[in-house]
Order: sequence, then structure tokens, then C-alpha cells
Amino acid sequence: MVSNTLGGRRGALWLRKIASTLGTVAVTFLGLLIVTFLIGRVVPVDPVLSVVGDRATQAQYDAAYQALGLDRPLVEQFWIWLQKVFQGDFGTSNLTTRPIAQDIARVFPATLELATVSIVIGTAFGIPMGVWAAVRQGKLVDQVVRVVGLVGYSAPVFWLGLMGLLLFYFKLDLISGPGRVDISYEYDFTPRTGLFLLDTAMQGAWGAFGNVFSHIILPASLLGYLSLAYISRMTRSFMLNELAQEYITTARVKGVPEWRIIWVQALRNAAVPLVTVVALSYANLLEGSVLTETVFAWPGLGQYLTNSLQNADMNAVLGGTLVIGAIFVGLNMFSDLLYTLLDARTRNRT
Amino acid sequence: MTMTRDWLLSDRPVSRRQARLGQIYRTWLDFRTNGLAMFGFLIVLALVLVAIFAPWLAPHDPLLGDLNHTRLLPPLSEGYLLGTDDQGRDILSRLIHGSRITLAVVALVAVIATPVGLLVGTTAGYFGGWVDTVLMRLTDIVLAFPKLILALAFVAALGPGIENAIIAISITAWPPYARLARAETLTIRNSDFIAATKLQGASAARIIWKHIVPLCLSSVIVRVTLDMAGIILTAAGLGFLGLGAQPPQPEWGAMIAGGRNFLVDYWWVATMPGLAIFTVSLGFNLLGDGLRDVLDPKRQK
Repeated sequence: MVSNTLGGRRGALWLRKIASTLGTVAVTFLGLLIVTFLIGRVVPVDPVLSVVGDRATQAQYDAAYQALGLDRPLVEQFWIWLQKVFQGDFGTSNLTTRPIAQDIARVFPATLELATVSIVIGTAFGIPMGVWAAVRQGKLVDQVVRVVGLVGYSAPVFWLGLMGLLLFYFKLDLISGPGRVDISYEYDFTPRTGLFLLDTAMQGAWGAFGNVFSHIILPASLLGYLSLAYISRMTRSFMLNELAQEYITTARVKGVPEWRIIWVQALRNAAVPLVTVVALSYANLLEGSVLTETVFAWPGLGQYLTNSLQNADMNAVLGGTLVIGAIFVGLNMFSDLLYTLLDARTRNRT
Repeated sequence: MTMTRDWLLSDRPVSRRQARLGQIYRTWLDFRTNGLAMFGFLIVLALVLVAIFAPWLAPHDPLLGDLNHTRLLPPLSEGYLLGTDDQGRDILSRLIHGSRITLAVVALVAVIATPVGLLVGTTAGYFGGWVDTVLMRLTDIVLAFPKLILALAFVAALGPGIENAIIAISITAWPPYARLARAETLTIRNSDFIAATKLQGASAARIIWKHIVPLCLSSVIVRVTLDMAGIILTAAGLGFLGLGAQPPQPEWGAMIAGGRNFLVDYWWVATMPGLAIFTVSLGFNLLGDGLRDVLDPKRQK
């Protein structure tokens, strides 16, 4: 009975928390849309000229001006644009002459696959490194982990990519070069999900799987290294915090084996804020992917964005920016909610 | 020398100036014991000196090369320590002159973004209420954008070029400072000395500018220093994509892009500017870490 009412109260608090988070996110999304819209309006390129060409008569120009809705007030233009965006209509790309939403849907899986493999690498190495550094605080291991992290923070990712290609592809020939898959393997499988590792594995095309893997391993390792720098640093500080708590002393006094104290009891509590860190790193990978994809000719969202940029394809740039921004905001919100869900202390505080 | 030292470390400073200089000197003594931080400090100092004396330090012209004789010379060639690029230009000289661009970007972004962040944060924190809500919501919106993507979109709209890159990076850089300044302001706002100043009839602007901003400065400066590395990397990234400084300017990111086409046979053209970017941003990271250790009030003994 008691637990029931408590549960009910907790549930209500939870709903309030979710409602307030959703409110914040709604405002942020609106801001995202306004900023993107305004960026589109300050472009020095005349949108009418790009439709009618520079040899059009004044009458043709005026007609196109009206057709594009540019004679209406800015707020109304924004409203019309907003309605289109919510219907998934970002306009048509001048470069590919396809609807931008369709373009983005086509390139997105490539970025998703790259970012996912990267975060797996970053987490799998970053967390143990952080834990190890915290346990050996101030010792050699701690210093090494710190320097490894600092290098990750300081090196330009596109340069690391070029150096990696030079060394592992051109000189040592250990991996495959730019792109996602060699042409000779491209027809060994049908891209159903667009995630080539998954597609090849499900269809049993193991030769192609190996090829895809040797393409993805270098860019994913580099991006993973960037998130590793952040994840290991945060893990270290969370673990130091936990290891100083009294329950650790209690566990030691009771004779719990040291590995269990570190890897089970302390890490379980440090894992709560770590989830947020990993979610944030995942969002940051989207950013890193813009430069990495350019270097590795990776046909994802990042490369699409830079290609559109270089060809002054403003609609495509804004569509890409909006999608990346929306994912970024979404992941931030998700990590926020997850934190509330996992951390018992924040539940009763609201 | 000992006289100056005693004067600086005096327990009973007789003037405000002596107290302030003494404080700075103590911070420096503390800072000096941190080897890595000193290393970072020296790198940044070297960057500043190289940028100032670039025309005297560079052995060759950074923009004009000898296409007939000095194309793509490897490093350690006679008179060309780091080799030459495809236009026959000395890479070392270009790096030396490029340090000016890097320093200018960092300095200008700091000069533009820091006051904006401070102003927004302290105002929001001091007034509270709807001012706080509006300003912080705005901050959160800008913060919600991935920095590089927002900078890319701005540069795309404004047109490529180093000035626009600086503006774009500044627009994305101020929100963290605003948040930090707000948090600091909230802890100071209700202190007695602020109440006393208010009773004396000081205006809100005066209280914020004269009493709150100075107390927020040290934590904001640490944050700005730590962000410098990120700013350098973003600027280099924009340069690499051809959206920052335009050729033939010796911007380091653009130099990497230039060397990309002959990476396999002439590795040094793309490698050297990358090393320069790496060294400088490592320097700022180490310096920022060290400053944080020294200036963080929670860590002081």
C-alpha cells in the first residue's frame, strides 16, 4: 500500500520532469528552426537568380520572386517554411536535383554506422583506461592515460586521418583506402539497412564483410580515439569520486576482493553519470564526422554537407544542418532523461 | 631581487596594487611548479613571439616560391629546413607567417566572445526572473547546435574568408562563458558587500561591471584558455574545407588541404602544418589545465 502511493508520487514527479524536459526541447527546436531559417535569409546569393538565371526579364524575375514567396513578410515566410519542414520537405538540391530529405535519408546510414562503430571503440577502451588511471592516481599509468587523452584533444582529426591513410594504407597496405566498400565487393550484397557491416553479415557475404570492415576500421578508430579522450578523462574523475566514498572503505574492511570493489561496486555507481558522457560523445561524433568523412570520401551526412557547401547549395546545407542539429538536441535530451532515470538521488529532488 | 620578492610576498600589503601584484606573484610561483603547465606556457609564449617577429624569423618569402628550382624539396634540404610545397615555397616560412593568422583568430575570438558571454551571464544571474529565463534559453539554443556545423552554416551564408570564420566561431563560442558567469553571479549576488554597494546607491550596471565581473573573470579566463585549442582546431577545420583563410594565405589548415593531393610522394607538405596545429593546441590545453589547477578556489590549500 505504502510502496504503491510512493510509486504513484514518484511517477507524477517523473511525468513532470519529462514534461519540463519536453518543453525545453520544444523551445530549443524552435530556436534551431529560427536560426537555420535566418541563416538561409542572409545568404548573399539571390535565390531568385538561381531559379530564373541572370538573363531573365524583369517580369519573369518578379513572377519568380512572388512564386518563392519572397514578397511576403518574414514571419509569414518562416511559417510557410516551417510547415514544409514538418512535412519533411527541405526543398530540392541544386546539386543532385533530388529532394533533400531523400538525399539525407540515403546518406544517413553511412554516418550512423561510422559513429556507432566509433563510439563502441571509444567506450571499450576509454572506460577501462579511465578506471585504471583512477586506481593508479598520480602513477605512471595515470600520466600515460592523461597524455593519450591530451593528444586526442589537441590533434586535428582531418590531419590524423591523412596521416593514418598515408601510413596504414599507402605505406603498410594493412587496410583499405577511402570509401565504404571496394567496387568488386559492392554487388555481393544488397544494402537493406544501409549499415554495410550489418547487411553483409546478415546475408552471409563474409568476403564483403571483411572488405567493409577494413574500410571502416581506420576512420572509426580515429573518431573513437577522440571520444576516448573525453570518456577516459570523465571516467577517471567519476571513479576518483567514488573510490573516496565510505562504502568503498566498508567493502575493503569486509574483505571484498579489490577487483570486485573497483570493477563492480565503484564502477556501477560511476556508470550513472558515464551514460550521459557516452551519449554526449555520440552527439559530438556527428561533428567530427564532417571532417573525417571528407578525408575518407565516406558517403555520409558530413560529406554531403561539405559537398553542398562547396557548391553553394544552400537548401541542402540548411537541411543537413537542421538534421544534425535535431539529432544533437535529441541525444542531449535523451542523456538528460536517462540520467534522471538512473540516478536515484535526482528522482526525489525535483 | 630579494627586496622585490619580499615586497611581493608581504603579509601586510600597504596598497591595493601591492596586494594584487603579490597575489599574481603567488599564483605564478604555484604555477611554476607544474612542469606540464610550464611546457604549455612556453609553447604559447613561443607562438606569440614567432607571430610578432615573423618577418625577421622567416628565411624565405611565404607567398612567392621558385617554381623552377625549389619545387617539393624534402625536409632538411639546403636552406629549406622543413622542405617546400608544390609552388616552391618554403614550408617553414609559411608556418612562421601562419602563426600570425592562428594567433589572430584565437585573440579575436577571445576578445569578441568573452565580453559577450560575461555580459549575458552576469546580467541573467544578477536580475534573475524573466531576464534570466530569456537569456539562458537563448544560450541553451546556441549551445544546442554542434559548434562546427553552426560555424559551417554561418560561413556558408556569409561567404568564405578568415573574417567570416572568426565571426562564425565567435557566435558559437560565447554560450559556455555565459553559463559559467551566471553560475558565479548567483553565488555572489546575495553577498553582504553587494547589498552594501546597493545601499550606497550604485546602479545595477555599476554593480555588475565593477563588482561582479571581476570575480567571474578568473574562472572565465581558465575556460577561455581551455577553449583556445578547440578554436584553433575549428579554424583549421574551416581552412581545410576551404572556408577559412583563402589561398595564398599561409593558414595551417588550408596548407594541409593543399598538401593532400600529393600526400603519398611528398608527405611533408601536409604533415608539417598538422604538427604545428597539434603543438599549438597542445600548448593551450596544457596551459589551460595548469591555470585551472592554480586558479580553482576549491583546490587551493
